[in-house]
Order: sequence, then structure tokens, then C-alpha cells
Amino acid sequence: MAFARNQWYVAAYGSEVGRELLARTVLGEPLVLYRTGAGEAVALADRCVHRRYPLSESRLDGDTIVCGYHGFTYDQTGSCVFVPGQQRIPRTARVAAYPVVEQDSFVWVFIGDRDRADPTTIPRAPWLTDPRYAVVRGMAPLNARYGLLVDNLMDLSHETYLHGGYIGTPEVANTPITTEVDDERGIVYVSRHMDDAECPPFYARSTGIQGRITRWQDIEYHPPCLYLLHSRIAPQGVYPPAQGEDTEAFHAEIVYAITPSTENTTYDFWAVARDFAIDDESVSEYLHQSNHTVVMQDVTALNILEQVIAAEPEKYQELSINIDTGGLAARRLLARMVDAGRVEATR
Amino acid sequence: MSGPARMLTGDRVYRIHWMPGTDILRGVCHCGAERVAEEPVELWEWLLAHPQGHHSPVPPAPEVPTRTAVPA
Repeated sequence: MAFARNQWYVAAYGSEVGRELLARTVLGEPLVLYRTGAGEAVALADRCVHRRYPLSESRLDGDTIVCGYHGFTYDQTGSCVFVPGQQRIPRTARVAAYPVVEQDSFVWVFIGDRDRADPTTIPRAPWLTDPRYAVVRGMAPLNARYGLLVDNLMDLSHETYLHGGYIGTPEVANTPITTEVDDERGIVYVSRHMDDAECPPFYARSTGIQGRITRWQDIEYHPPCLYLLHSRIAPQGVYPPAQGEDTEAFHAEIVYAITPSTENTTYDFWAVARDFAIDDESVSEYLHQSNHTVVMQDVTALNILEQVIAAEPEKYQELSINIDTGGLAARRLLARMVDAGRVEATR
Repeated sequence: MSGPARMLTGDRVYRIHWMPGTDILRGVCHCGAERVAEEPVELWEWLLAHPQGHHSPVPPAPEVPTRTAVPA
């Protein structure tokens, strides 16, 4: 499956990047991440220019990495500042340094032509660092191509069947959606507003709502990497006021970063930010455990699907129905990004 | 239903509404052209072919968002 280059991707949570060397592969490019003594996150190519030894298997000396094989030493810009046994450092002795931005608890890296890296184009997930929200999160490596996770998240009707007993109820699959595509900004928005729905355990136990609910799911996908699900839960019949804050409802901002690692593996970063019971540790524990279970149900299903797709002939004819309207739009925007990255690469 | 939401406000937004109580999809182009279909692949193809085959008999009426934005 093709990648969209010249785009920003989440390589890690900020909390994962410290004074230990962290290896991540993004769009097939091996990276080593660390944090300088001054606190700046750094991403370098994870291969020593000499004999390709992984720098992530080496050690930090101050803000430099000393290759664990022959001692080639690189600063945070990727320049080699020491080679063993000689004074002259070859002019080509450097490794690529990737543009890095820390934002909304994520470490974003730009994969492509670094001159095209514009940090203002990185989509936002501000709830993840907003003190008015409590956040649980995790990351699940997926043995499946990233497009399968995009398909999965863009069509939440699967909640009814794959996640019954957690977040799925019959109304999810049965409620029509509205799909919007902003062609200029490259955003897909899918709304599913359920006026009268069963409350799944995920929300019944965390909000304390007894009885039926009005449940809104509003997906906002910023391809290629950031997926937001604005989830509004309220007692049945309670709608936002015409003006002012929506204080009668419970809001969960569910954030995914979908980062292709290799052709057939993906990093599935997930987070649930809520504006209710934010100081209740038992709610955090419950939501973390439940969402982890839900994510792993997806991981199991998508890993199976990857095996199926890998073994079948090219151009298998799929069938798409109404529930796929958003997923089809996402595929199209991704395909356009893949093509744009290819064209730019050949210039 | 709460009615079809209209959340994106750009000048070049394509929309597909799944009409409640039916299997029908209604595609609405940013130029105002509309079409119904029974499956999304054909409807996206028609929408994205804009302006080919799109002619709006009347200018689209301005719509008002149906919900208050969720505070961030």
C-alpha cells in the first residue's frame, strides 16, 4: 500500500521520548528519537552512515549519539562530530534529521522533503493537554496496512457487531449518516446523530446515566494521520442549548493517530479525553481498560483482514454500501495525497 | 433525527446525506447541484466530476448549523 509522503505523522507520545533512545519506523523510514538535555525532542535516521548499525542500539553522550558499533558520533542535527582513529570527518558523514514538532502531547515528524515541512499545517487535538479534560491513552502496534484502520474508524457501524457490550448498540448501525468533504482543506466529516439510543456500558458506567440516551458521533478526519471522534452523550432528549455551553451533556473527544510504519504494519495511537468525572481515578481506569479492549478487538480483526488481503489476487472487487460513504471519501483524499507526494518527489 | 448536520463551512464542500428512513443517498455539490443514488460509489463519482453534469436550477439556500459547537 502506497504512502503519502511530505506529510506530518505522529511518531510517539511526548512522554515516550526521553533520555533513552527510542526506535520507530515511519513510512518505512527507521527513526531514532530522544530528548536533549534542554528538553528538545530530536528525530534522526536510525542508521549509522558508516556500516548502518542502528543508532537506537547505541548510547547517548550528552546530546550526541555514539554509535554502538564503531563510535561514530552524531549531534542533534545529524552531523557527525567524531569518527574513530582519525582527525578528518568525511563531508558526507551525517544522518538525516527530521523536522519535529511537539504538540497536543504528540511528537510529530515530517516525512519527506524537509523544505516542505510547515508546522502550521499540523491538525490539532487540544483536549489532550487541556486541564479541563481527563485523558486515558495508549498505542497498539497493528500488523495490518494503515488503510484498514482508516476504513475501520471511518465506519462506526462496526461498533454494533465487533464491539457489542462495550461501545456498540443496535442504533449505531441503524442510524443514517451525513458525510461532508472539504476538498480544499482536505477534511472528511461524518455525523451520526442518534436521538434515542441504548446507552452502552462504556458510557453508562463512566457517566452514570441510567436509561436511554441521545448519542452523537461526529468524526473529523484530517488525513493522513489525525482522526477525531467528537462523542456527545446526554440523557435522551437533551440537546445543546441555542447559546452557551453544552453543560447538560457529557463529551468525550476520542483521538487516533494513524501512523503507517511499514507496508503492512501501523502504529495505532489512541486517546480518550473526557470533560466529566475528570478527578475520578476509577472512571479513568475503567475507560482505559475498556478502550484498550475495544482497540484490541479492532487489532485482532484487522490483523486477520491483512492476512486475507495479502493472500488474495490484486484488484479484488469489494462491495460498498451506504455505511461506507465516509470511508470512500477518506480513501480518495488519501489517494490524492499519495499521488501528490510522488509527483513532488520526482521534481 | 436531529436533521442532517452541516459542520464544514468551506467554499468547496461536497455532502452526501443518507435520507432518514430510506436507503437513499442525496449528494449535494458546493455549486448547488443535487442528485440521489442508492449507493455511494456512483454518487461520489458524480459529485467529484464537478462541474461536469452539474447544473443548479436555483442558487442553494443558506443553511444554519443545527447544533452549537462543542466547547473545546
